[in-house]
Amino acid sequence: MAEEFLRIDKLVKTFGGNAVVKGVDLSFQRGEFVTLLGPSGCGKTTILRMIAGFERPTSGTISVEGKDITSLAPNQRKIGMVFQAYALFPNMNVGDNIAFGLKIASMPREQREARVEEMLKLIGLAGYGKRFPFELSGGQQQRVALARALAPSPKMLLLDEPLSALDAKIRVSLREQIREIQRELGITTVFVTHDQEEALSISDRIVVLNAGNIEQVGQPFEIYNKPTTRFVATFVGTLNTLNATVADAGAKTVRIGETTATIPALPTSAKAGETVALTMRPEAVALANGVDRDIMLEGKVAEVAFLGSVIRLKVDLGGNLVSVDTFNDQRTPPPAHGTSVRVGIAASDVLVLSA
Amino acid sequence: MIGRRFWAWVVFGLGAAYFLLPLLATFIFSMQMRRDRLTFDAYLSVFSDERFQSTFSYSLVCAVCAIIVGVAIVLPAAYFVRLRLQWLRPVMEFITLLPLIVPPIILVFGHIKLFNSSSILPLTNSTLGTDVLIVCGYVTLALPYMYRAIDTGLRTIDVQTLTEAATILGADPIRTMVQVIFPNIFVAVLSGAFLTFAIVIGEFVLASLLNRPAFGVYMQNVGANRAYEPSALAIISFALTWGAMGVIQLLDRFAPKTARQA
Ligand SMILES: Nc1ncnc2c1ncn2[C@@H]1O[C@H](COP(=O)(O)OP(=O)(O)OP(=O)(O)O)[C@@H](O)[C@H]1O
Ligand SMILES: [Mg+2]
Repeated sequence: MAEEFLRIDKLVKTFGGNAVVKGVDLSFQRGEFVTLLGPSGCGKTTILRMIAGFERPTSGTISVEGKDITSLAPNQRKIGMVFQAYALFPNMNVGDNIAFGLKIASMPREQREARVEEMLKLIGLAGYGKRFPFELSGGQQQRVALARALAPSPKMLLLDEPLSALDAKIRVSLREQIREIQRELGITTVFVTHDQEEALSISDRIVVLNAGNIEQVGQPFEIYNKPTTRFVATFVGTLNTLNATVADAGAKTVRIGETTATIPALPTSAKAGETVALTMRPEAVALANGVDRDIMLEGKVAEVAFLGSVIRLKVDLGGNLVSVDTFNDQRTPPPAHGTSVRVGIAASDVLVLSA
Repeated sequence: MIGRRFWAWVVFGLGAAYFLLPLLATFIFSMQMRRDRLTFDAYLSVFSDERFQSTFSYSLVCAVCAIIVGVAIVLPAAYFVRLRLQWLRPVMEFITLLPLIVPPIILVFGHIKLFNSSSILPLTNSTLGTDVLIVCGYVTLALPYMYRAIDTGLRTIDVQTLTEAATILGADPIRTMVQVIFPNIFVAVLSGAFLTFAIVIGEFVLASLLNRPAFGVYMQNVGANRAYEPSALAIISFALTWGAMGVIQLLDRFAPKTARQA
């Protein structure tokens, strides 16, 4: 499926001299589910609105299937969009909301009614056609908004934080449903969120944005495990930082307190005596009861959070507070607050970020 | 403790009396056409007056025209200002307030001067031309109320997101306005329409100076020449006003919950 569908070239948007999107290049495959992820104000919505045609790029081009659509009016683009605030038409019932785009496309009545039924079934709300939006829960309204966007068979689906107004449980089930429907229809989808867990769980690829620039593009697995910039490493997931001193850059050895360790990821440009930040995910650090890892360190338990299947400990390693994730085990209760523990880290899991 | 509740009722009672007593007095007076008992003779006299019917229908038609023209001008203007030209809002507010500042007498003299028989567009030459002129005048007089009613209606809905949702589904601006925006502010438009109606029905200056047979002119005429009928007329206009208000309330209750936001 290596067929390019949507292409964005050197996209720039400034609002009153203030650059919000600073030269973004992106390429989307047909049928791909891509998430734009980034902190508030980084320009995610602005990029999405330029794809939809609601904002005109200051410079750069957007093309779909090789055709430049940069200056095409939004009502000519055949794009489906779902908004954070649902934006259902309050004066129309659910069926009429879904049929709105079909009427504009002048689909004959019988076909239209069949299509509305089909969409209602797709979103699991068969029989709700006669209800009004205000009679539905938030999650139901957002599903209707999805059906309304998909009914006219758009070329592409855009979603701007569609789940952020819902409570946690519904958020998770609805995102799974969105992904399932997207797979079933094979529709190219751009999803905007600032929630990294949401992005990791549903995307084919994630575009991490910061202050109007792309930081990294990759599959969730890559983004999480091989962040290429400090921003990505800290924004996506929890990251532990351990300060260490370079002992010998050529041999890739560092000193962490009294312990000497070999770190394969240490750049050769590092100088002996320099302080570097070793980083690793909480799950890369293990409590050392029985396990033998490359780097073994002594510490004191500073905090214990029982999260259900996972237990997250904060261990004080000579001034560095490090999160450690272990799976719950019915037979062994977690170590108590203040006890001394040994933790082990696999050297290959350690990343070195320039300070 | 008798307390706040008691005094609240006292204040309410005083206020109600202030408004209702004159109305009651007018009503009783209007029934005293016969010396010995209370009758509705003054009302019969008004209703059977052929000029009442003709002037009332004339003003009614004018009001309907003024409402249609007013909505057709104000709705798109207020909508686009809210949607795209937020910075223009203060200017709009000011322009729509002008009819309250400029007295109708000046407005109508301006009209007559601009459109008299020796002007480029001699509207006052024909009856139809004068009718067009008077409707335009009414639209102007009602502008402050119509604009505020519609603008308030637009504030209760998320104009931008609804517009974008309709647009991305392929709707053009006219369709969006007619099928999405208008139905959701229908009650607000109605209250603007009602205010226009109230203004047109009672309006005197324009009709009198343009010499059209409007209801306001008739009322003034009756008031100057009769004793009991003016009071009957006053009660009739009150009933009309309150009736219209009641209808708006009803519509508001039974209309689909349009203005309710998610
Ligand atoms: N119409 C506009 N006029 C002026 N500035 C704007 C406009 N739209 C967006 N901005 C600015 O552009 C920046 C990026 O906005 P954008 O809405 O794209 O951020 P976002 O990444 O979607 O953030 P969030 O997660 O909060 O939705 C913000 O600083 C915002 O203030
Ligand atoms: Mg946003």
